[in-house]
Amino acid sequence: MLTIATGNKAVAAAVKAAKPGVIAAYPITPQTEIVEQIADYVAGGDLESRYIPVESEHSAMAACIGASVGGVRTFTATSSHGLLYMHEMVHWAAGARLPIVMANVNRALGPGWNIWAEHTDAFSQRDTGWLQVFVGTVQEAYDATLMAFKVAEDERVLLPLMVNLDGFALSHITQSLETVDIGDFLPPYHLPHAIDTENPLGYGPVTGPADYVRFRWDIERSMRDARGVIAEVEREFAERFGRSYGPTEDYRCEDADVIVVAMGTLGKEAEVAIDRLRDAGIKAGSMRLRWFRPFPDLDLAGREVVVIDRDYSFGFGGVVAHAIRSKTGIEPYSVIAGLGGQEVTYNDIADFVRNRRPGTETWFGVSDHV
Amino acid sequence: MYEIRIHSRGGQGGVTAAKLLALAAFRDGKHATAFPFYGTERRGAPVVSFVRIDDEPIKVYSQIHEPDLVIVLDTSIMDVVDVLDGLKTDGTVLLNSAHPITGCNGACRYVDLTGIALAENLVVAGSPILNTPVIGALAKMGIVTLPSAEKAIREMFSDERNVKAARAAYEELKI
Repeated sequence: MLTIATGNKAVAAAVKAAKPGVIAAYPITPQTEIVEQIADYVAGGDLESRYIPVESEHSAMAACIGASVGGVRTFTATSSHGLLYMHEMVHWAAGARLPIVMANVNRALGPGWNIWAEHTDAFSQRDTGWLQVFVGTVQEAYDATLMAFKVAEDERVLLPLMVNLDGFALSHITQSLETVDIGDFLPPYHLPHAIDTENPLGYGPVTGPADYVRFRWDIERSMRDARGVIAEVEREFAERFGRSYGPTEDYRCEDADVIVVAMGTLGKEAEVAIDRLRDAGIKAGSMRLRWFRPFPDLDLAGREVVVIDRDYSFGFGGVVAHAIRSKTGIEPYSVIAGLGGQEVTYNDIADFVRNRRPGTETWFGVSDHV
Repeated sequence: MYEIRIHSRGGQGGVTAAKLLALAAFRDGKHATAFPFYGTERRGAPVVSFVRIDDEPIKVYSQIHEPDLVIVLDTSIMDVVDVLDGLKTDGTVLLNSAHPITGCNGACRYVDLTGIALAENLVVAGSPILNTPVIGALAKMGIVTLPSAEKAIREMFSDERNVKAARAAYEELKI
């Protein structure tokens, strides 16, 4: 069905189609619209599911962990401080190999108190063992959420998956949305190590160093396998529903001398900047990074690279710039822009490209830095 | 691309007007996006919402700094906000007012949306509903077609008085 929706409503619509058995959540701006809509689906009988309105995000993830290991598909949504509050359980969900799907509406961290878009919240969960995808349109928020369940629940993966969308910039924008009849796209939830009350087993006992190492390696092996699974699922999604996705969305990259790497809505805005630059005779392209974990192999050889980080790792640099540098050996021009919802237009992005100084870092909107 | 900025106060329906307009444009077969700038709004505080309409998919997410059209749902905002800021030289202004406003240039149009809403008794929590009548005025200006405006209103609201209010604004606005 073709309609219009906000990014939040699109995620909720995808969750309705995926039919999780349990949804546990705690509201937080700018995510609240997602769980509000889902609660409405459940209350109105449009979604047969158990909605658990818990008292905190830590409890939300704990409830999802219990339900997931109990043998049902689970979903939650959070943002910013809510994500950090559940941090201990975020690690646990991955270590326990539970394919929980969570929407994280990217929002800056306080203080100063700020409700607008930034990616530092998600990147702070980088080493938890969750897969992370970042979306750039309302349609993609819907599509990625549907695919998330299939990727996470694949027996070659069995890891939780975080779908990231920019707070307000995407969560609250209204765009066109085509919802689909998913048919048998999502197989029934099957967790090989689900609790079986007829056959009681111990879960999470003390694990000695030798076994612990093997469990950790098993997470990494699944992360590596996830690349292939993601590609399979995205291919199947394209065949069934006609919309194709990959680890990056490349725009006019073929003959580009300089490529802008950005994530989320800034990655879409960058495409407009590329058109302007091309009109001015500058051979630029845009590579919107969709998958952050597992981190994809990027073909940037022989190009200059401008990385826009809507995040920062204090005392080191932009998280994406660092990833690009370590994965490709290229010294990018690192631009820190869009923190806390800072307004960044396509003209600004075009200026980043025009004024690039590879190997250096610039904070957009800050005049007193060296 | 046609870019519209809507000035209103929290609770007056500016955010919903932006969504309705995007839906009407979408029903016209156009691409459209709508988004408010969310500050720490509460009822009565100035709010700004944005709508983009184009024949091509819209990739721009940043705010509208040079609008083609500015809509002011509450003219008292003009005392505290420069609503004409960045308006294109050939841009248009639509005011919710029964009378012309001094200081607004020749591109200003006005229609009494509040009066239309009150005539239909479209009032929620003490505030006249302006978001459905304004879509009628915009249809008169050719931003969207009247059938798509009515379709959009019916998709979002079940009360037929909203459609009547939109038609009234369509009739009243002088072009």
